[in-house]
Amino acid sequence: MYTRLFASLAFAVTLAAPAMAQQTIKIGELNSYKSQPAFLDPYKKGWEMAIEEINAKGGVLGKKLEVISRDDGANPGTAVRAADELVTREGVSILAGTFLSNVGLAVTNFAGQKKVFFLAAEPLTDKITWQDGNKYTFRLRASTYMQTAMLMPETLAAHKKRWALVYPNFEYGQAAAAAFKELMKAKQPDFEVVTEQATPLGKIDAGAVAQAIDDAKPDGIFNVLFGGDLAKFVREGNTRGIFKNRTVVSLLSGEPEYLDPLRDEAPVGWIVTGYPWNKIKIPEHAAFLKAYQAKYHDYPRLGSVVGYVTMKSLAAGIAKAKSTEPDKLVEAFKGLKIDGPFGPFYYRAIDHQATMGCFVGKIALENGKGTMVDFKYVDGTSVMPPDSEIKKLRPASAN
Amino acid sequence: MTLNALLFQALNGLSSASSLFLVAAGLSLIFGVTRIVNIAHGSLYMLGTYIAYSLAMHIGGALGFWGGIVATAVVVGILGALIEIVLLRRIYRAPELFQLLATFALVLIINDAALWIWGPEDLLGPRAPGLRDAIEILGRHLPTYDLFLIFVGPVVLIAMHLALARTRLGRLVRAATQDREMVGALGVNQAILFTVVFALGSALAGLGGALQVAREPANLSTDLTAISDAFVVVVVGGMGSIGGAYLAAVIIAEVKALCIGIGVLHIAGMALNFSKLTLVAEFLVMAIVLIVRPYGLLGRVQAAVRSIAEPEEPIRAATPTFKLFATAVLVILIFMPLLARNSPYTLVLGIDVLIAVLFATSLHFIMGPGGMHSFGHAAYFGLGAYGAALLVKWLGAPMSVALIAAPAVALAGGLLFGWFAVRLEGVYLAMITLAFAQIVWALVFQWEELTGGSNGVIGVWPPPPFDKSGFYFLLTLALTALGVFLLRRFLFAPFGYAMRAGRDSPLRAEAIGIHVKRVHWLGFAIAGCVCGIAGGLFAFAKGSISPETIHVQRSIDGLVMVLLGGIQTLTGPIVGASLFATLQDTVMRQTEYWRALLGGIILVLVLAFPGGIVGAFTRLFTKRAAVT
Amino acid sequence: MSDLSIRALSKAFGGVHAVREVSFVIERGEFLAMIGPNGAGKSTCFNMINGQLAPDSGEILFENRNIAGLRPREIWRLGIGRTFQVAATFHSMTVVENVQMALISHAGETYHLWRPAAELHRAHALDLLQQVGMRDAADKPSRVLAYGDVKRVELAIALANEPRLLLMDEPTAGMAPRERNELIALVKRLVVERGISVLFTEHSMDVVFAFADRIIVLARGRLIADGTAAAIRDNPKVQEVYFGTGKTFAAKASP
Repeated sequence: MYTRLFASLAFAVTLAAPAMAQQTIKIGELNSYKSQPAFLDPYKKGWEMAIEEINAKGGVLGKKLEVISRDDGANPGTAVRAADELVTREGVSILAGTFLSNVGLAVTNFAGQKKVFFLAAEPLTDKITWQDGNKYTFRLRASTYMQTAMLMPETLAAHKKRWALVYPNFEYGQAAAAAFKELMKAKQPDFEVVTEQATPLGKIDAGAVAQAIDDAKPDGIFNVLFGGDLAKFVREGNTRGIFKNRTVVSLLSGEPEYLDPLRDEAPVGWIVTGYPWNKIKIPEHAAFLKAYQAKYHDYPRLGSVVGYVTMKSLAAGIAKAKSTEPDKLVEAFKGLKIDGPFGPFYYRAIDHQATMGCFVGKIALENGKGTMVDFKYVDGTSVMPPDSEIKKLRPASAN
Repeated sequence: MTLNALLFQALNGLSSASSLFLVAAGLSLIFGVTRIVNIAHGSLYMLGTYIAYSLAMHIGGALGFWGGIVATAVVVGILGALIEIVLLRRIYRAPELFQLLATFALVLIINDAALWIWGPEDLLGPRAPGLRDAIEILGRHLPTYDLFLIFVGPVVLIAMHLALARTRLGRLVRAATQDREMVGALGVNQAILFTVVFALGSALAGLGGALQVAREPANLSTDLTAISDAFVVVVVGGMGSIGGAYLAAVIIAEVKALCIGIGVLHIAGMALNFSKLTLVAEFLVMAIVLIVRPYGLLGRVQAAVRSIAEPEEPIRAATPTFKLFATAVLVILIFMPLLARNSPYTLVLGIDVLIAVLFATSLHFIMGPGGMHSFGHAAYFGLGAYGAALLVKWLGAPMSVALIAAPAVALAGGLLFGWFAVRLEGVYLAMITLAFAQIVWALVFQWEELTGGSNGVIGVWPPPPFDKSGFYFLLTLALTALGVFLLRRFLFAPFGYAMRAGRDSPLRAEAIGIHVKRVHWLGFAIAGCVCGIAGGLFAFAKGSISPETIHVQRSIDGLVMVLLGGIQTLTGPIVGASLFATLQDTVMRQTEYWRALLGGIILVLVLAFPGGIVGAFTRLFTKRAAVT
Repeated sequence: MSDLSIRALSKAFGGVHAVREVSFVIERGEFLAMIGPNGAGKSTCFNMINGQLAPDSGEILFENRNIAGLRPREIWRLGIGRTFQVAATFHSMTVVENVQMALISHAGETYHLWRPAAELHRAHALDLLQQVGMRDAADKPSRVLAYGDVKRVELAIALANEPRLLLMDEPTAGMAPRERNELIALVKRLVVERGISVLFTEHSMDVVFAFADRIIVLARGRLIADGTAAAIRDNPKVQEVYFGTGKTFAAKASP
């Protein structure tokens, strides 16, 4: 009864036919499309648009770009296999993508081991560029630490003493809470944490959590919840009146992915990082917006921008390196300047982190929908710790 | 925490309990009568939220909301009936648990269908008309909708209780829950009873989901969350006990509310964050309850369910043809690194397939011959993987040491958890294994200093020459072949016979001097140990591991592999694992809707081969042999 | 020498006394029947002797060793075999494997992991099957056997540990009258050859009066009579519990 085993293996052999001689430049892309569709659906649209634009202008180095996209199964094991498949079967030497921190880290490690270039698009964990960083990995999105730091000026200005922290109980939430505490302790001596609620991801017991926060009588709330957890928390919190007369500082909540589902219940007055897509006036963004709406008849989410800039970055990097060889790409990416929809930014040589910033502002209601007001663009460079600290964090082998 | 705060959190707990209870009640009803482990129940719950959302948004107002909730329950009930009639009815005679495979396929299909219909974004429904605000109790604000939910739970409980006690259908349901064969003997049309029960249970799931529309957004991941919660509640309460389900829901919800209410506690200079316990609160409760009360809080000792499936054939030693064939396959696999010189990915996939084979074979060892349906086999995979990875990370151990440690750690886990698990039976055993797996998962997840938390352990790469996939493939092949061979040998040895004896008839086995619990306990530990090898191999194959290694998804994958191949055959898990692993890899590349495609393929296989693929072939051959 | 000596055995379930102060003995080689109307406490008594139930009080002396409260497998190891009221075999095994399993257990080889079980004690097992007349069915799956044949296989299994005492709970339940007599005759022949003592319960009075060396009668948990077939037949107390006053066994059961 080994027939099937044999048949399936034989099947696999035929599937795994050697990669054809390359007419195009192949980029391997992998992401948790099934598990995180709210962010990654627009993300995919974003990079598809970028590829179309690049190829319409003749591609890079005289070749067209071709993206081979895979679902990473939202877990490191499947992700590493997908990466392996892209490298060994499809013959790519460039990887991009990932959303979840643990998946991002696993692929980072894989890239370092197999010496392929990896541009981490969305995973936010600081470790990708710092503690567990390596030579072959760069990251586009502002890290957890950076985004928390971007919220600091407004937070300090509110000068609240007693804080409640609520975050999803996994790397991203824990790291954000830790960064918030560290930054606050350093800058506001009377800072005090009155309660910490670490909720299981996707399973928040919102009523009880909101109540526990209210009972701790904080002056301010630092929120890291997103997605469905955020929606539940906001609705319970509003009904129970726990946000009244309190400063709420919140990561990512201004991103359309998470803000729009709240509709007219968007929590007014929260200080957030986000993406006020219909209010950004710079020409780079206007052009992006116009093209995106023309192509998809829908407005872009932050994911769209991330996807778009990911491919734009790779195209620019390959053009600068004049090669797709990982080592040359790494050199090219150091200091690589990109003009994205948010304006110019660059990839730092010291830790391979892009300086693309975020918009920080307040949530308001306009025409029955949540939006951001009083926002400003905070550049990534402005919130980075001193180089000496980063050198301590980052392994020497990574440079 | 003041007394008022505590009391108020108890109220919060009660409203959560009602939601938990509604899903669980439907599941309990369905399982009690049909004995089907319906993991698509959570999908029906999810559909409930989506349908109620659509009705509330499109019709609008009180009619759209409240009328929509009622309509949703009806629609989902009809859908449940259809599932029973079109699909499940065809496979009632398949080996037990086989229906799980069909409902697993439904989970995949329904999830993609929902994605297709409603799109990827979270959909937050409107607030409930008439119950938008909060009232003041104990100096705090309780949403009126929560208050409403607090009453819904007991109302449904009482209604169900009356229906079960006073109506003919109710009496039939109770009778069927106690002894399924009796109902057949009473001259009741079993098919109609099953359909009606399935429809009612599904309607309750739909109702539960619909009522959530005012509290949480419709979201594509609620299906799995709901099913796991529902199973825990049903088992803690005692299968078939509706009152027990409510009691369990209240206890679990209250424990969670209390953990949240306590928040951070400082004990002897240590800051303990109780809110983190909500990650596993229900599984901790379940493990404790099952250890103390093996049949749940209000459950009764179940009458032995005589399987209506065709019983298993006696195992036969390998025929010469089979031995020749197995050797040929092995030889081909040994030469695979040469054959696949030009397609290195074949080896990458091959390594995954082999690891899956070892994982599934070790699960089958206790599931099939042992009759112990472990729903938490990933625990031993994870223990092996973490055992190996942590040795490398913290002690810089070489791969050889790590790969020896992997089965040792898993063996220790198997001995510990197995000791408790073999004391239980049937679905209770399944659920306590799941609880243990979840507890291991949570421990790994939370113990960040040691395990790296949710990020896991990275940088666990094999040393040369095994960094070449050809060599690592051979290593994996050697260990997998060894593991599979040993397990097969054990099954043909007295120990394997004793394990089957204990499964076939525990009383008879005890009466001929077999210590059934001990035999099963050791069987459990052996399976865990071998599974640990698979985990260790996995860690080095991927270079990194994270808590997903232990996730319930992996346990379910294991069940699917075993059932797909055929639980009653010894080669079934090998075929099932190879097929499933290859299929998953292939399908994931084909289409955006790969889950639905995978689900569809599984459904076709389920209907074409009830009894599993190898099971069907074996039956075909035995029948042919009987004819000639 | 008495093989089994029961002294003041009692068991209650939630205040209901199923067995009260029951005492009796079985002599070596004796064929002892335990009878009584439904609910008399026969099965409870039986299950205390075979270890499935622990008595509340009293002693069960087997070869002068108190076995009360021991587990079934421990009692089996001491040399007591049993058959079940509803015959139970291991349905996933062949007939001969069922017997081999018992022989393996008896030889203390249960935990052996290497040699195939099918090779162990096969000749011995076939011999036992021969004795119960089931040699031809040895390699059939046990689940396909007719009920009467299953009873015979059970008997072979029960003989595997060379018991000195055999407990048989309604050995002929569910069988046709002719089959019944055949089976009991077979049992009697085998145990006499081996000098095994037997305690059995039985509903069929024909069987009891035809084969039992001695009969004990239970009613409402108490032992009400103990004696030879003739003595029991004439015992008014027994007649009362079975038939009410005024009727006898005489018409029905002539030897």
